[in-house]
Amino acid sequence: MAVAFLDFEQPIAELEAKIEELRHVGSDSEVNINDEIARLQAKSRQLTMSIFASLTPWQITQLARHPQRPYTLDYVSAVCREFHELHGDRMFGDDLAIVGGLARLEDRVVMVVGHQKGRDTKERVRRNYGMPKPEGYRKALRLMRLAERFRLPLVTLIDTPGAFPGVGAEERGQCEAIARNLFDMSVLGVPIVTVVTGEGGSGGALAIGVCDRLLMLQYSTYSVISPEPCASILWKSTDKKEAAAEALGLTAQRLYQLGLIDEVLEEPLGGAHRDPAAMSVTLKAAVIHHLEELEKLSVEELRERRSARIASFGVYTEEVGE
Amino acid sequence: MSWFEKIMPSRIKTERRKRSVPEGLWIKCPACDAVLYRAELERNLYVCPKCHNHMRDIGARERLAYFLDPGEHAEIGAQVAPEDALKFRDSRRYRDRLAQAQKATGEKDALVVLAGTLHGLPVVACAFEFQFLAGSMGSVVGERFKRAVDHCIEQRCPLICFSSSGGARMQEALFSLQQMAKTSAALARLAAARVPYISVLTDPTLGGVSASLAMLGDLNLAEPRALIGFTGPRVIEQTMRETLPEGFQRSEFQLEHGALDMIVDRRDMRERIAVLLRLLLKLPPLAA
Repeated sequence: MAVAFLDFEQPIAELEAKIEELRHVGSDSEVNINDEIARLQAKSRQLTMSIFASLTPWQITQLARHPQRPYTLDYVSAVCREFHELHGDRMFGDDLAIVGGLARLEDRVVMVVGHQKGRDTKERVRRNYGMPKPEGYRKALRLMRLAERFRLPLVTLIDTPGAFPGVGAEERGQCEAIARNLFDMSVLGVPIVTVVTGEGGSGGALAIGVCDRLLMLQYSTYSVISPEPCASILWKSTDKKEAAAEALGLTAQRLYQLGLIDEVLEEPLGGAHRDPAAMSVTLKAAVIHHLEELEKLSVEELRERRSARIASFGVYTEEVGE
Repeated sequence: MSWFEKIMPSRIKTERRKRSVPEGLWIKCPACDAVLYRAELERNLYVCPKCHNHMRDIGARERLAYFLDPGEHAEIGAQVAPEDALKFRDSRRYRDRLAQAQKATGEKDALVVLAGTLHGLPVVACAFEFQFLAGSMGSVVGERFKRAVDHCIEQRCPLICFSSSGGARMQEALFSLQQMAKTSAALARLAAARVPYISVLTDPTLGGVSASLAMLGDLNLAEPRALIGFTGPRVIEQTMRETLPEGFQRSEFQLEHGALDMIVDRRDMRERIAVLLRLLLKLPPLAA
């Protein structure tokens, strides 16, 4: 599949188009086409490196939403030896915006839960653009409790614009579903490793993201609100989405500096979609590394540390000596 | 100064100066357009005597003063104050927005926590100040709420929270999102300690607050006609282009859909919660 280039990647796109063109004429020409192609490819790499060396938060937001970005099921099939998807919340339905199931990660069995977006229009609609409804969060909770009962570590992958803002979702208790997950995950008796792979959209993301270790892919984002609605509320103009992305500090690098995440997973040159296999290798190694550390803890230690970790979130001042 | 303000008792004047509600001696009920005498409205806990509309104008401290037994109350987390960790700046600086909200409300942030008694029973009660940046939840709200819970676990006393909030505070970005986890995790510890938590949802309770501490009560109560939901009605209408059903996301709607235990009139709230807590704690009924 041809790579889809974003607006700020246009110089790379032009170069790649030229390379493609040369490949077609290549066969019936005697000059050193291959040398020329190699030269252009090197140039394209250089160009990509220089463009990607200084991406703005808005450009990173676009990468996090890239239509070719690997999704949860892509990672699961690349990383896990087995995966058996489990469906339904046992109360209302099966929300396809969240997938989950039993998996083998090397020699350990884990429960995987993640948001799932669709690749083509039909699939996107079926997956509701990765925006879960209460039944999705309740399915996730059911699987988490199942994991706890059989002492299986939990791996969650986050990639959602946010919880679905619809009438039906509200009727079925969207806020309660999210709140309940936060409540239960905070005391779940198994290790939880969360990786933000794409968009970390607010409460809809956090609802499967209360964890012991929080990792982010280099070009993923995580924030309380997306840049566009933030701009329209605070700046009263959606044109300010770039400024909003900047102000929200939603990139992995910035959040790491702020001490809000544990690790940034480096992406292949040009982003995860340019080399999903390489990205999967990195992700797998990181998840296993963190699970190994967490598995050394007793359930009590695990709960205590998670509780202390969550309680430490926040920045405020305090006057002393009253 | 009008002749009316001159004869007004000074207590009401000072209370009024601290708050950013529209100045004036007469208030128009937004629901029934009745023109109401402010002092009478205050006595009626900002419930319209004509149509029983529960107004948002009641401040956090006014609410707690009514709710708790009279006397000394110990404030929890008062010394915790906001900090602009991200140097957030939109059309205005977050620091300036904070300073303005502090001046208008007399509060350092959007949650007030007091330890006191309710019909003699030691309790901790907290209330969101909606006039403070729409009662939005940032690091200070989260930390104060967590301290309220810690106090309740230590003293084994019940927690009551009156929420009125637009949701998480955007200017604190991921820090404020994490307050949803922080408050929910605190409540999980409270539940494990078997200490009761009563959540009272008031107009409006939305977003990150409804999707965390407000929906996690052992009992979820609400005031009549309060707007309660995750996504606000305007956003749903705009993004989904759906026409919203009559009474959508109001308390009565939430009760019908199973999100609430009961709807309680503001003027009966104190008695009702005292009674419920005594049942949960297996204490003898209140003396009549």
